[in-house]
Amino acid sequence: MKQDIILAGVGGQGILTIAAIIGQAALDNGLNMKQAEVHGMSQRGGDVQSHLRISDEAIYSDLIAKGACDMILSVEPMEALRYKPFLAKSGWMITNSTPFNNIPNYPQQDALETEVKSITNHVLLNADQIAKNLGSARAMNIVMLGAATKYLSIPYKSFEVALQTIFGRKGQKIVDMNIKALAAGRKFADEKL
Amino acid sequence: MKKLMLLGDEALAQGVVDAGCSGVFAYPGTPSTEVMEYIQKCPEALQRDIHRTWSSNEKTAVEEAVGMSYTGKRTMSCMKHVGLNVAADPFMNSAFVGANGGHIVTVADDPSMHSSQNEQDSRFYAKFAMIPCMEPSNQQECYDMAFHAYEISEKYKLPVMMRLETRLSHSRSGVERREMLAENELKLPEDRNQFMLLPAFARRKYKHLIAIQPDLTEESEKSPYNWVEEGKDSSLGIIACGLAYNYVKEATTRYNCEYPILKISQYPIPVKMIEKFVDGCTKILVVEEGQPLVEEMLKGAIPKNTKITGRLDGTFTRDGEMDPNKVAVALGKETLSGEGLPEVVTGRPPALCVGCPHIDSYKALNEAMKSYVEDGQRHVFSDIGCYTLGFLPPYNAINTCLDMGASITMAKGAANAGLFPTVAVIGDSTFCHSGMTGLLDCIYDKTNLVIIILDNSTTGMTGGQDYTGFGKLENICIGLGVEKEHIRVVTPLSRQFEENVKVLKEEIEYEGVSVIIPRRECVQTMTRRMRAKKKQEAK
Repeated sequence: MKQDIILAGVGGQGILTIAAIIGQAALDNGLNMKQAEVHGMSQRGGDVQSHLRISDEAIYSDLIAKGACDMILSVEPMEALRYKPFLAKSGWMITNSTPFNNIPNYPQQDALETEVKSITNHVLLNADQIAKNLGSARAMNIVMLGAATKYLSIPYKSFEVALQTIFGRKGQKIVDMNIKALAAGRKFADEKL
Repeated sequence: MKKLMLLGDEALAQGVVDAGCSGVFAYPGTPSTEVMEYIQKCPEALQRDIHRTWSSNEKTAVEEAVGMSYTGKRTMSCMKHVGLNVAADPFMNSAFVGANGGHIVTVADDPSMHSSQNEQDSRFYAKFAMIPCMEPSNQQECYDMAFHAYEISEKYKLPVMMRLETRLSHSRSGVERREMLAENELKLPEDRNQFMLLPAFARRKYKHLIAIQPDLTEESEKSPYNWVEEGKDSSLGIIACGLAYNYVKEATTRYNCEYPILKISQYPIPVKMIEKFVDGCTKILVVEEGQPLVEEMLKGAIPKNTKITGRLDGTFTRDGEMDPNKVAVALGKETLSGEGLPEVVTGRPPALCVGCPHIDSYKALNEAMKSYVEDGQRHVFSDIGCYTLGFLPPYNAINTCLDMGASITMAKGAANAGLFPTVAVIGDSTFCHSGMTGLLDCIYDKTNLVIIILDNSTTGMTGGQDYTGFGKLENICIGLGVEKEHIRVVTPLSRQFEENVKVLKEEIEYEGVSVIIPRRECVQTMTRRMRAKKKQEAK
């Protein structure tokens, strides 16, 4: 088993939290993982990405090769498309549909959605809305993770355990909210088919 | 033992703590910052209360580490690659005085310049100083090699360089810890001459350093981090250095290549190992992250009928970091290529945060400069930090970025040439790193210029670390000799705009050294502070 995942978004949208949870769940399942992050100048409102690799065999490169990525998991639609050159033909693009518009020439949302829908394996969901409906807009990233769990080779239960590990020190209320957000995202992915 | 999920930087930090390090000295700089940040919250480091506060700059950091090494304790200095330029003086000479307690000089390079002004390869510095260099290929090696580096450092009484790169520094993986070692006892140098570089002693030190080079090479020959992987197909031999080893393994595993591989993670280069490896291979491919150090050395050393390929013959580009695709192409494999970038995707460059105080400072500066030069004709010297983004639209407020502190000294040179108005823009942390001596030059010369110290009360670009001169800026300027009435503290807010423009103009008009300090906390650190406060109150 080997899965190469690119996490994408804009600085501050919480992709490193997603990475930490998947990484934790992978380690709990005895899998190897490597996860390359972006720090420093590029974090300031710019595009950020993280290469996350999980496998039951040795992992060498910290970076994923172009055309070899099994999943692009993005919290922002244009950022998902930025990494399309990395996506394998059989790969999944799972992305939030809500734009993060902090540039003057941000494209039309329709054009972005058309582009996402042109990819055979895609899940497009309004994670901002789903998170808001749950009463916690900040859990948008966990909704996205929930949708992705359907296509990750790690048992769903492990993600709940990882949420407990990562958010535990913030209190049970936060943990429960995130477990709910995870379930809501997963429900969307399940109902899509 | 349970595996820890650590960045390369963090794995090294945990490694030095577990190997008995008594103090780390550093100045923040991407991608090295997380080493010290980890030490500052690592339970074992806190329990042992090892030294873990920031230094003013990389030069003071290395000198402080040499001082700790003098007392027999294990220590580490840590910086980004260009920081080693700042510390080059103590670094080069520390190879002469050597180490008493083990001294690791950690340098994190930034190939592809993700967050830097250049991509210099620090291995050249290690070679220049004639000291060993460790180049871990993964997070576990970052951890393990800390122990190894201290052993070598104390065995040969020499500092040892630990070279990391962005992709290792900022990549996370599982790391297994070892049993912790005790810290060294205080044990001052037995040889009274060891740390004395009067010329007569320096000459002896250099002879000694030259004399032990074969021993250092021998250490590389038998290093557990350098090895050969046999392969059936000797039409090509691959020499893979440090991090690049991963890309080689990634490509050779994917395409089932059976080429022999020589992995190098410890320098000076293992000469015999290379000679033996090269003998029997028709062609050699050198894969190294950074500049072609090993490749250049091989060119002169191995038989002419063996073809050497790498960055010098165009097999790889001379610049930029390695990746799995580049190596696959070099192996003659057709790489997977994903589809093209959709046209609808546009760039999203980094930008100053919403509410950033620098925005208000730049708006006022641009307005004040309008009285002297037309909008497109401004020339303002600047420096390294978040505020370098003020070069970009819509601000277009600054023109230069050279190195830490150069805003003040470049402005001085330009003022000396007759430029008016002459303005330098520098951050508060950068000013304390390398701006103070430049200001003293201006005072000494009575230069006519305005220095704007943007005070957001943190080292912002690297994520908000504290700095040595916090809360002391006015006193530092007074102490260096700036006249009190020409040190103007303003608040960079839009409602203060008119007032700030007026202050700027007044100081531009003043013939002499003026310092203007726009002071307002970084919005990132403020948000974090508020959140922490709220949490505290909730408890």
